[in-house]
Amino acid sequence: MHPAFSVIFLTTLIGVGQGLFLALFTAQSYALFDLLPKQDGHAFYAHGSLIALLFLIGGLVASFFHLGRPERAWRSATQWRTSWLSREVIVLPAFMGTVFLYGIAHLFDFKPVVATLPGGIAIDLTVVIGAVGWVLAFALYVCTGMIYACLRFLREWHSSLTVINYILLGGASGFTLATVFAAAAAPDLVRFFAGWAAIITLLGLVSRAASLVRNARLKPKSTLQSAIGIKHPKIVQKAQGFMGSSFNTREFFHGKSVGFLRSIKWIFLLLAFVVPALLLATALTGVGALGLMLIAFVVQYLGLMAERWFFFAQANHPQNLYYQAIG
Amino acid sequence: MTQLALVIDLNVCVGCQACVTNCKEWNTSGDAGPMVDQNPYGKDPTGTFFNRVQTFEVGEFPNTETIHFPKSCLHCEDPPCVPVCPTGASYKRKEDGIVLVDYDKCIGCKYCSWACPYGVREFDESQKVMKKCTLCVDRIYDPNMTEEERRPACVRACPTSARLYGDIHDPESEVSHAIREAGGYQLMPEWGTSPANHYLPRRKTKLRLRHDEIERADNPLKIDGLLPKPSKSEPSLDDVTSW
Repeated sequence: MHPAFSVIFLTTLIGVGQGLFLALFTAQSYALFDLLPKQDGHAFYAHGSLIALLFLIGGLVASFFHLGRPERAWRSATQWRTSWLSREVIVLPAFMGTVFLYGIAHLFDFKPVVATLPGGIAIDLTVVIGAVGWVLAFALYVCTGMIYACLRFLREWHSSLTVINYILLGGASGFTLATVFAAAAAPDLVRFFAGWAAIITLLGLVSRAASLVRNARLKPKSTLQSAIGIKHPKIVQKAQGFMGSSFNTREFFHGKSVGFLRSIKWIFLLLAFVVPALLLATALTGVGALGLMLIAFVVQYLGLMAERWFFFAQANHPQNLYYQAIG
Repeated sequence: MTQLALVIDLNVCVGCQACVTNCKEWNTSGDAGPMVDQNPYGKDPTGTFFNRVQTFEVGEFPNTETIHFPKSCLHCEDPPCVPVCPTGASYKRKEDGIVLVDYDKCIGCKYCSWACPYGVREFDESQKVMKKCTLCVDRIYDPNMTEEERRPACVRACPTSARLYGDIHDPESEVSHAIREAGGYQLMPEWGTSPANHYLPRRKTKLRLRHDEIERADNPLKIDGLLPKPSKSEPSLDDVTSW
């Protein structure tokens, strides 16, 4: 497939936004049970939600560049019964709205107690909104992943690993950003976020490596024989019906060499996983400088862009069998 | 239920591109707007087509065969492109099984083209919507046309009658007969999309003559030229006289 930068930005940016929100709410949940020091809502959670929201808005804006007719985008919420893309279109704004409310509730310190847990732990409104956002964040990861995983012809994507990767890679980048944010706004949380970011990054490395291994062993299900229905071992295309290019030759081929693809693979394995994990480890040992964490996030984000580029480029569409030779 | 479809006879197609040309001509002049080409006289001409004729060479020289392979939307009975559409612009008509795109609803996200294993949907760079074969839905029901004209443009154009058109769910239709009797098959059956369009395989067309069909059994002496020529007033008899 031809990697479209609009979709690369969409999936990586909202992944960061979701992950950051999950990190914020995780910290709040820990603080609720006195496992972490409580943060001043006004400064920490509100600003964190704003940053998450900015990433989500960035992703949403990027997605519009993918559409031929962005003015009709509202129509895409109608087919949620069958289309994962439609489900994503519904869940993304719902999640953005929830993040917004979460930030607003913290900003104005609007925390009426909704329920009290045994042991006297008060569940206030921000916890309820956060829990809703937590569910929506995971729902959004699943929708994004399933958009690709549900296409059974693209066998590199048609796997549960695709969904797991979207959850782990988005989560890793979000927790890394949370580490940066904590280094600037709440130094006593740096170790907490850095620890989780490193764990999720390593889990992401495992699941992404698993999908790389799986894809390397895939054998194409369709062949030129089944594509044109002629059972002869030797079939060569002589003409594809036109001398220039077409949508089919532009949309489904990445147009890069095998060597380029391979180098992108090693680059993303290094940038998205190894380097950030090492940098995050410095925070665990007690340094946790803002600049170092910022480098970790930027490197990881660039690595994830390369990862997403590779994710698209590696998928080999069966329609390519029909477009092997210009003629 | 009706399922309109094309049956394409690969044994007859000569790759003349007449169906491609007529398809483009009819559909670019229709109500749905033109199928605009980009850079038609330049270095990299490109544009939207519903139908392409490709050429494949089968076998190894000198034992090769050239296969001309017309390729358009197969109007799958279980179309994978339809459920993925987020707007409902892509749909399959219940009444005749044609898979269509509502160009007024399409947002041009191209997701349906990813979900089609055959690569028969083409994005129109000018109208910014996804386009595909309509089986000339604006022709086949046109009451102003004669019965003969109410067929897809590609079928009308084919000079060798390689393209048959009809209802594959009607067991007595021309296409159903062709699929049954000439070994009609579907493309990429491994995906379970059940394409409505079928292809008829290449066949060896050999003239089989028995010896007695060349040499008349009732004329063992080969005396055709030597038969008597009775005078015109006498009665003549087939196989016995020369008149």
